[in-house]
This record gives sequence, structure tokens and C-alpha cells, in this order.
Amino acid sequence: MAHAHTTTHVEKPKSWAGGTSPFGISYGKMMMWFFLISDAFTFSGLLTAYGFMRHKFTDVWPVAGDVFTHFPFYDGHIELAYVGLMTFILIMSSVTMVLAVEAGHRMNKNGVILWMALTIVGGFMFVGSQAWEWYHFIHGTEHGAYITKDNSVFHIVDAHGHMVKELKDGIGIKPANVHLVKGYEEHLIKGADAEKLIGESRWIQGANLQENEYGHSLFGDFFFFITGFHGFHVFSGVVINIIIFVNVLQGLYDKRGHYEMVEKVGLYWHFVDLVWVFVFTFFYLL
Amino acid sequence: MSMDSLHTHSHSHDDHHDHAHEEENFFTKYIFSQDHKMIGKQFLITAIVMAVLAMMMSVFFRLQLAWPMQKFPILEFFLGEKWAPEGVLDPNMYLALVTIHGTIMVFFVLTGGLSGTFSNLLIPLQIGARDMASGFLNMLSYWLFCISSIIMVSSLFIETGPASGGWTIYPPLSALPQAMPGSGLGMTLWLISMSLFIAGSLLGSLNYIVTIVNLRTKGMSMTKLPLTIWAFLITAILGVLSFPVLFAAALLLIFDRSFGTSFYLSDIYIGGEALTNNGGSPILFEHLFWFLGHPEVYIVLLPALGITSEVIATNSRKPIFGYRAMIGSMLAIGFLSFIVWGHHMFITGMSPFLGSVFVFTTLLIAIPSAVKAFNYITTLWKGNVIFTPAMLFSIGLVSSFISGGLTGIILADSALDINVHDTYFVVGHFHIVMGLSAIFGMFAGVYHWFPKLFGRMMNIKMGYAHFWLTFVSAYGVFFPMHFLGLAGVPRRYYSNSAFPMFDNLVDINVIVTVFAIIAASAQVIFLFNFFYSLFRGPKATQNPWNSNTLEWTTPVEHVHGNWPGAIPEVHRWPYDYSKPGEESDFIPQTVPYKDGEEDHH
Repeated sequence: MAHAHTTTHVEKPKSWAGGTSPFGISYGKMMMWFFLISDAFTFSGLLTAYGFMRHKFTDVWPVAGDVFTHFPFYDGHIELAYVGLMTFILIMSSVTMVLAVEAGHRMNKNGVILWMALTIVGGFMFVGSQAWEWYHFIHGTEHGAYITKDNSVFHIVDAHGHMVKELKDGIGIKPANVHLVKGYEEHLIKGADAEKLIGESRWIQGANLQENEYGHSLFGDFFFFITGFHGFHVFSGVVINIIIFVNVLQGLYDKRGHYEMVEKVGLYWHFVDLVWVFVFTFFYLL
Repeated sequence: MSMDSLHTHSHSHDDHHDHAHEEENFFTKYIFSQDHKMIGKQFLITAIVMAVLAMMMSVFFRLQLAWPMQKFPILEFFLGEKWAPEGVLDPNMYLALVTIHGTIMVFFVLTGGLSGTFSNLLIPLQIGARDMASGFLNMLSYWLFCISSIIMVSSLFIETGPASGGWTIYPPLSALPQAMPGSGLGMTLWLISMSLFIAGSLLGSLNYIVTIVNLRTKGMSMTKLPLTIWAFLITAILGVLSFPVLFAAALLLIFDRSFGTSFYLSDIYIGGEALTNNGGSPILFEHLFWFLGHPEVYIVLLPALGITSEVIATNSRKPIFGYRAMIGSMLAIGFLSFIVWGHHMFITGMSPFLGSVFVFTTLLIAIPSAVKAFNYITTLWKGNVIFTPAMLFSIGLVSSFISGGLTGIILADSALDINVHDTYFVVGHFHIVMGLSAIFGMFAGVYHWFPKLFGRMMNIKMGYAHFWLTFVSAYGVFFPMHFLGLAGVPRRYYSNSAFPMFDNLVDINVIVTVFAIIAASAQVIFLFNFFYSLFRGPKATQNPWNSNTLEWTTPVEHVHGNWPGAIPEVHRWPYDYSKPGEESDFIPQTVPYKDGEEDHH
């Protein structure tokens, strides 16, 4: 087998052989991908920390469905309806972003303008909705709750299981996280015991970083921090989108011959949406 | 480095790089440079300044440990009347010095300095690129590093002193501004500094990764990369994945400190008064911190191992033994480093079953580490060894990597670790395996690439003196610490004189401190050699070590874009040293295969 020539260099186009980008993408787009991986680890760290603490206080952790029940122009309570709408808006803004990127591929400037504008509107709607959600969380309910010296939170309930403000309107008190449905009646504290407990407690309303009427204080801490950190991402995404939008209007990318910048901010925007899906799942649904 | 010659060369013609012809002034060339070689030098000089400061701190607190509460005028001279009244080190300042020494050494010298210097210098040069993918972000990366260094050092000068809760900044000491003097403004500055550091490190790492993936020259496939580049790539990936988790931990800490949240705080009493914080857990911080903290060990170590691979192969005049095994073991170390963080937390009340899982994953790291150690030794075996100072430091690294690694096996085992946790055994272990190995790698890199950095040669005799004094005294410092640790002496204590059971160990502390002073003095030789050679050293030739890698095909005087003409094409791997049947004992990567020549690797 005299195959001395087998070892001489045979030129074959190989994507990893150097002289070319192995994935066929620019360094900027790849940098965005790696940045997003990095940012994903930041959110993973935060969500893991949230899971760690929630697991530690499973018994006293508020149920999100009881907390987020407001809907604009509607007096009743619908569990998680508004946050569902917010999520839908954000996901739709991802759809419009995809369409903007697609229009960019076709060098259709007007298409990019239309879809990016809608994306920006969607982003603003989401940030505004989050502000609304925060407002109601901070403001709290009419009935509020009582907090003991050792930081347990109690609600007063009436015969129908509805929460009320005064003991005279109700039948007793229950721990904040317990639903007064069948089987949970033993959690109800009545009569003199209830009066004594209320005498030793403080009435609180709404939520801040130290305490909240819905239950464990860490629920509020993590809610404010993680949705705030995500909201900051959305907000900066909107700002970046606006900058790129202005560039599109001025025809910068038409001159450049490609709309890759739209694609890059699109990657960021999809990432922010994806993170929200996780935040929504872990905070509201589970 | 002659400014005149640099100036003329910056105007040399380069058809491929029109933007390089812009007029340069002092600021664009030396301060806000976007040239990777200059940025590498900026990282190196900044790191040297930081290293000198951190080393002086270690001598200061070693004086206190050897001769507790004795008067040392030198302490009063440097630390002032407030922190060393009549020359006796103040206990708060002792804790601050220990904390800042650790912080600077781990982050600013061995992360920023080592990876920043050599990734910047070598990545474009060794893969055959004109510069980093983004020169602007690269410049930003350095300036964030520089500002964070300044803020960290500035915390030494505030009235309440710098952060003093240890470099790991565990809450509650770090979370409650009223906990101790250093927990106030000092801790705030620490957090600001580290946030900037993380941002800078992220920008740098992103740049390193995309440059290596996208900008390799023609023919430079992944398995023709020098091992330095593989090490820098894996280091950058570790940084991109682990620093954000520290960032998350630091953000939560900032909220605990400033906005009254309770992520890490619960049931705290200060002066008999209960704080309102409720429900948090300091253990949460430890998990988040060590998820960064352990990969950080390899962020520090891998660049040093990469540099050593290159230096040892070149100076043994032999191909590196087990090139692919080296890559595989670095990848394995990188992956494993993410699933071992629990071994820092065996005594936190962790379930013994979970502890045993962390024992297992930690012990697994011994396998790729041993592969690397044996590959170094087998590369040296029967080599035509040339003992340059860089080579001596590389062999020094192999030595400290093995001796520190062996005590690592002891600490990996929870049943043994629990006995020596938080003692000088741990201090000795990580200073040898991480501190010495990484700093030896850094010295090897400086000696080896000084001609490439500054176009001049360092003095070899001073290099020998520097190596032997450093090597012997470094073991003199850290080896006896294992005995202190086995005897139970706790780390971070201001003084052990109150415990009669440690009285017979005073002599060991004296020996350690004497060696520390010798080691520190030895660095003066290095500093003199470095700065003297910078201006007065003999001019370097283009390829002083007869090396194969691409950086030695660039002109001695730096030019923008690195190669005056076209970028060279690569044909072979970087380790064709002493190839049988060849005339020369080295064949640069740019030389094509001859007819019938076999590609061995």
C-alpha cells in the first residue's frame, strides 16, 4: 500500500477549517447569542434562588391565583386574567418582531417599519401592564391582613369564606395561604383566640419589600426583584428597538445592504419574551 | 519599547487595513487604544500594580500572624496612625487586608491580569487574525477593568476601611452595613467595583469566544490551534456562564443591604435588638457564590495551563504529549467545574447524601487533572530541554499543580474536609494549586512573550534568581500551612495567641512569614527586570525561542493588523518540534507539508 499521497493536503471546503465563519454568521450575531446565554444564567440563578426559598416555605407561600385577580374596568376577581393578557401581548410582540426580521430579509423597508413599530407598541403595553400589576400588588386589597410579631400573616373571613376587614363582619381568622374550603375548617381561629391574636398583631395592606398582606415576605421580595429585573430587560429592549427603528426610518440599513441589526435586536427581544414565559410559569402558574 | 520606532511602524503600508492609517496621537495609541496588543499590555501593567499592592498586604498581615501585637514601624508608615497605632496592626484592618488581598489576587491579578493580558495578546496573533472581533468592546473591557481596579483600591482610603468580611463576602457580614466597620461604605465600593469587573469580564470573554470561532486564518482548524487558544476559549466560556450567577447573587445582596429585602437575612440580632428581616438564608448566597466560585478556580488556572503547554513543548523541543487528550481534559475540567461547588459547603448542614454526590463529582476532576500532569511530564521526558526562565516557571507550575492537587483530593472528601474546614490546611491547598500555579503560569507567559509584547528580551540571570527564590520561598510559605491546618489553626483569625493549644505552633508562623518576606523581596528582582528590560533590554529577534506558532511570524515592532502583508495560511499543527527526518528541529505552522510527509498528530 504505497499511498504516500494520502497525507498531502486535499482541499475540501470545511466549515471549521479556518478562514471562514463556521456557522456562517457575523461575529456580532454570535456575540449576541453568547450574551443571551450569559443572561440566561443570571435569570436561572435568580429563578433557582426563588425556587430554593419557595420550597423552604411551601406551607406558607401565597398562591398567585389569590393575589393577582384584578382586571381593568371590572369589579370582580378573575384569577390571573390580566397577567395572561400581558403574556399574550408580549408573545404577539415577538410575532411582529419575526415579521420585521422577515421583511428585513426581503429588504422591504416599509415592512420593517410597520412591524417594528408594532413591536415597540407591544413592548410599551407590556411595561405599562407590569406597572399596573405592581400598582395593585403594592396597593393591596380593601380588607388587608394582620401580621403577628413572628411575621405570620392572617386574614379575617366571613361565613362565605370571603375576606373582610373587621372581625365583627367575619366569623374568624385564618392563615394567609390557606383556602377556607372543605377540609380546611380546622385552620379557622374563632372567638376570644381570634381577638387575642388580632390584639397582638398589626394591620397591613398591600406589599412592600419588608412585608405583604398575601403571606410570606419573600414572596414579595422575589416578585418585585425578578419581575423588576425582567421589566428592566423589557424596557431596555424597547429603548434599543426604538434606536434601531430610527435607524431604519433614516434608511441606514438600506444603505448598508442588510438588516442584520434588526435581526440582532430581534434575538434579544425573543430572549426577553422567553424569559417571561419562565417567570410567568414559575411565579404565576406553579 | 522605543516610541520612535513604534511611531514609524504604525505608518507602514498595509493594503488590508486602511483604517490603520488614521493619525494616531498619544491618547488613541496608549490610552484608548483598540489594538489588542496594546490592550494586552494595559491589562498586564494594571495587574502588576494590583499584584504589588496585594502582595504588600499579605506581608503586612503575615507580620501580625508571626509576631502578634508587636510594633512594626513599617505598618504605621504604610497604614497610618489609625490602622496601625504605634505600629500594631488594628484587628479591623487585619480583616480588611485579608479580604482585599484575596479579592485583588483572585479577580484582578489572576482573572483580569492573566486572562486579560494573554487572551488579548495571543488570540489574534496565534489564530492569524488582524485584531479582536470588536476592538471597541475590547477597549471598553479594559476600561471597565481599570475603573473597577481604581474603585477597589480607593476603598482602602475611606474612613471606615475596605470590605472585611473575606473575599467570599458571605452575608450577614456583607449584607448589614452596621455589622462591622468594613460592612458599610467599604462593602458598597466592593460591590460596585465587582459589578464593573463582571461587565468588563463579560465583554472581554464574548470577544475572545467569537474571535476564536470566527476569525481563524485559513487552515487553522480547531485541532491545529495551539493549546493556549483552547485554554483561553474554555476559560472565556466558563466566565460567560459563571460570572452572571455571581452578578445575580450580588444584585440580591445589594437589595438586602440597601432596600430592606430579606433574601439572605433572617433572625438577626444587633445589640439585643431583633432586625425585621425574616425568612432569608445565607446558605442561598453561598450556593450562588460558589456556583461562580468554583468555575472561577479554573478561570484562573486554565490560561496558566495553556501557557505552560506551549512553553513546555517549545522548550523541550518535542511535540506536546497527547494534544487531543489535553483538549479533552480541559473540556472535562470545564464541564465538571460547574457541578462541584458543594464541596465548599460541606459544613453548612448539607445532607450527607448530597455531600457524597459532590465528593464524587469533585474527585472526578482528579482524572483530567492527572491526564494533564502526566502529559506535561511525558512531554519533558527525554526532551532536549532548554531551561529558560519561562520553562522553569512552567515546570514550577507542574510541581505546584501536583502538590496542590494531592491535598485537593483530601479536601474533596467530605469526611476529611469537615476536620480541616476553614483552617490553614485549606489556605495552603488553594494557594499552592490555584495561586502558585496560576502566578507561575503568568510569570512563564511574561518571560516567554516579553519579546512579543515589548520587542526586547528580559535578563535571563535575573530570571533564574527570580524563579529559584520564588519557587523555594513559595513552598516555604504554603507547605507549613498544612501542618498548622492539621493542628486545627483556623484561618482569618487576627491572632492565635489566646489558645494555649496553638502555642507550640508559633515557630511555624514565624517561618511562614520569613519566607513570605523573602518571596516578596524576590518579586523586586522581577519588577526591576521587567521595567529595565522594557526600556534597556537587548532587542529581540523575530522568533527568539524557535517556536512554531503564528505570533512569531509577525514583525518585532508592532503594526496594526499584525501582519504587514497578507495573513499567513496555516498548514500544520503547532507542535512539529524535532520531527524525525527533518533538518530543522522546528517547523512553523505556515510551512506546507512536503510530498510524502506525514501528519502525525
